[in-house]
Amino acid sequence: MKHLTRKATRHVNQNEGLIFEKSSPGKAAWKLAPLDVPEVDTQELLGAAERKDLGLMPEVSEIEIIRHFTRLSTWNYAIDLGMYPLGSCTMKYNPRVNEVVSRLEGLANGHPYQPEKISQGALRILKTLSECLIEITGMDAITLQPAAGAHGEMTGLLMVRAYHEAKGAARKKILIPDSAHGTNPATAAMVGYGVENLKSNEHGMVDIAALAAQMNEDVAALMLTNPNTLGVFEQEIHKIADLIHAKGGLLYMDGANMNALVGKVRPGDFGVDVMHLNLHKTFSTPHGGGGPGSGPVAIKKILEPFLPKPVVVTKSDGTLAFAYDRPQSVGRVRAYYGNFGMFIRALAYILANGPDGLRQTTEDAVLNANYIRKELEGVFDLPYSTPSMHEVVFSDKLQAKKGVKTMDIAKRLIDYGFHPYTTAFPLIVPGALMIEPTESEPKEEMDLFIEAMKSIAAEVEEDPQIALTAPHTTRVSRLDETTAARKPILRWKPA
Amino acid sequence: MSYPADFKYTKEHEWIQTSGNTATIGITHYAQESLGDIVFVDLPKVGAEIAAGKTFGSVESVKAVSDLYSPATGTVTEVNGELATAPEKINKDAHSAWLIKVTLKNPGELTSLLSAADYEKFVAEESGN
Repeated sequence: MKHLTRKATRHVNQNEGLIFEKSSPGKAAWKLAPLDVPEVDTQELLGAAERKDLGLMPEVSEIEIIRHFTRLSTWNYAIDLGMYPLGSCTMKYNPRVNEVVSRLEGLANGHPYQPEKISQGALRILKTLSECLIEITGMDAITLQPAAGAHGEMTGLLMVRAYHEAKGAARKKILIPDSAHGTNPATAAMVGYGVENLKSNEHGMVDIAALAAQMNEDVAALMLTNPNTLGVFEQEIHKIADLIHAKGGLLYMDGANMNALVGKVRPGDFGVDVMHLNLHKTFSTPHGGGGPGSGPVAIKKILEPFLPKPVVVTKSDGTLAFAYDRPQSVGRVRAYYGNFGMFIRALAYILANGPDGLRQTTEDAVLNANYIRKELEGVFDLPYSTPSMHEVVFSDKLQAKKGVKTMDIAKRLIDYGFHPYTTAFPLIVPGALMIEPTESEPKEEMDLFIEAMKSIAAEVEEDPQIALTAPHTTRVSRLDETTAARKPILRWKPA
Repeated sequence: MSYPADFKYTKEHEWIQTSGNTATIGITHYAQESLGDIVFVDLPKVGAEIAAGKTFGSVESVKAVSDLYSPATGTVTEVNGELATAPEKINKDAHSAWLIKVTLKNPGELTSLLSAADYEKFVAEESGN
């Protein structure tokens, strides 16, 4: 391991078994005061509904619980430890100011059932965030309800369907480029549409001629990610929009990659009719276990009658309220009004940055991705030379000659102290390495990453076995994913 | 790997072997190789109608879930139940581990599919070898 990095060092951390294994009968982390009301016979009260056997619940003391979870937490890798270049996921820093604001007493202790009269502040947050997101996207209206990106996609397509139904026919299918996020075809199928694949051209973009040939009056919408999953901006987006609109279809934009556009261009200006945003990607709310997510859907005027209800309105006396009288609405898509805690954080992020700050963020995200591209070009194969936006996609073609694939390189990267990049996606690049640094990374951290990647490439040339059997420095080595999937053990049982 | 000459192939990497108006359908050696270790196969029920060019199920590997596209239109008469507990049979020998058997509605439509030689050429181009 002569190439090991300056970033990571082996250090002692503690082993920890399952909490069930620590259990010892009668141990508890609580002690109740003596009962000062008459005891109730639960058997008599509940009859056959009373559950006597609670299964195998761990019986442990408080310090054992605390140590159990604290020890496990030290095994984590998180954005707060280092670069998390998981392409397409925009694992950016979650600013602490977001957390300060969301913990303000009136917000943290608010309840969705408290009367509107004393919820004006919360409603004002919904309204202000909506206005900011409408301004950023160039759209006309928005719902904040969906709980995450794919949920936003479904909400968007439900509106597309309602729109076409109101015109007489729901239409039959959704066009989706082969570079799309996997959730797009899944969403179309969930909403009852057929999926038709659209091939990319040699630049990794939508093939305009192919689109023109496939577009007809059976197509409800095109679902497009822009920039697409290669990190490439669809330069002919206006032509794409015109082709779709000429046949009465709608243009759906998957806004997962909005981190490359904020403050620079607006989807509403280049012909998008409906799009979702990922507040947990672009707008810095926690992501990947720390969520929940949030996937607002912004729309053009023509789709407004179909918005999920309720919507926030201003009453004649100037106060804010939820309006439920929406006869053409696709209905409620989430309890209450979505993941409110994320709205506070996203709004804090937007207001803390301001328009110029958000624009700078976008520029830095693109600059960082291109810095990595430039430094690693030649070391790793670059299948598409089209300019990169916020992420760069390499392939394992050079290393595959030695039998080392993208997954092996990713596993080896763990030894160097980094979270892996996204492997084997997008599908149009065989053996893809998809790298997204985001604007959060300082040059120093990116240099460590570049050094690690170069070092791995050198190892592959000298001794491919190092990568093929990686990781070596983690608590468990390469896992047998195949057996785990074919013969899963889903429950702990006492020995 | 040789591709049986009495099979026809799709560009989505399924094979079909016909005998009169009945046919057996599976995925190719190249498909199983690209997918890697297969862990689950989702197949239609006996009696289901399938249509040429449309999906009829999916195959899941440790890497990805891929749709299965039918090479022909017809009715499912038999499903390879072994694959439910032993999906690795596809990795071992994709050309004998069949997925479904069907009664063809229109045996004539198979003429547009690829021959073994054409498929081999297509795969060589796709994989860049």
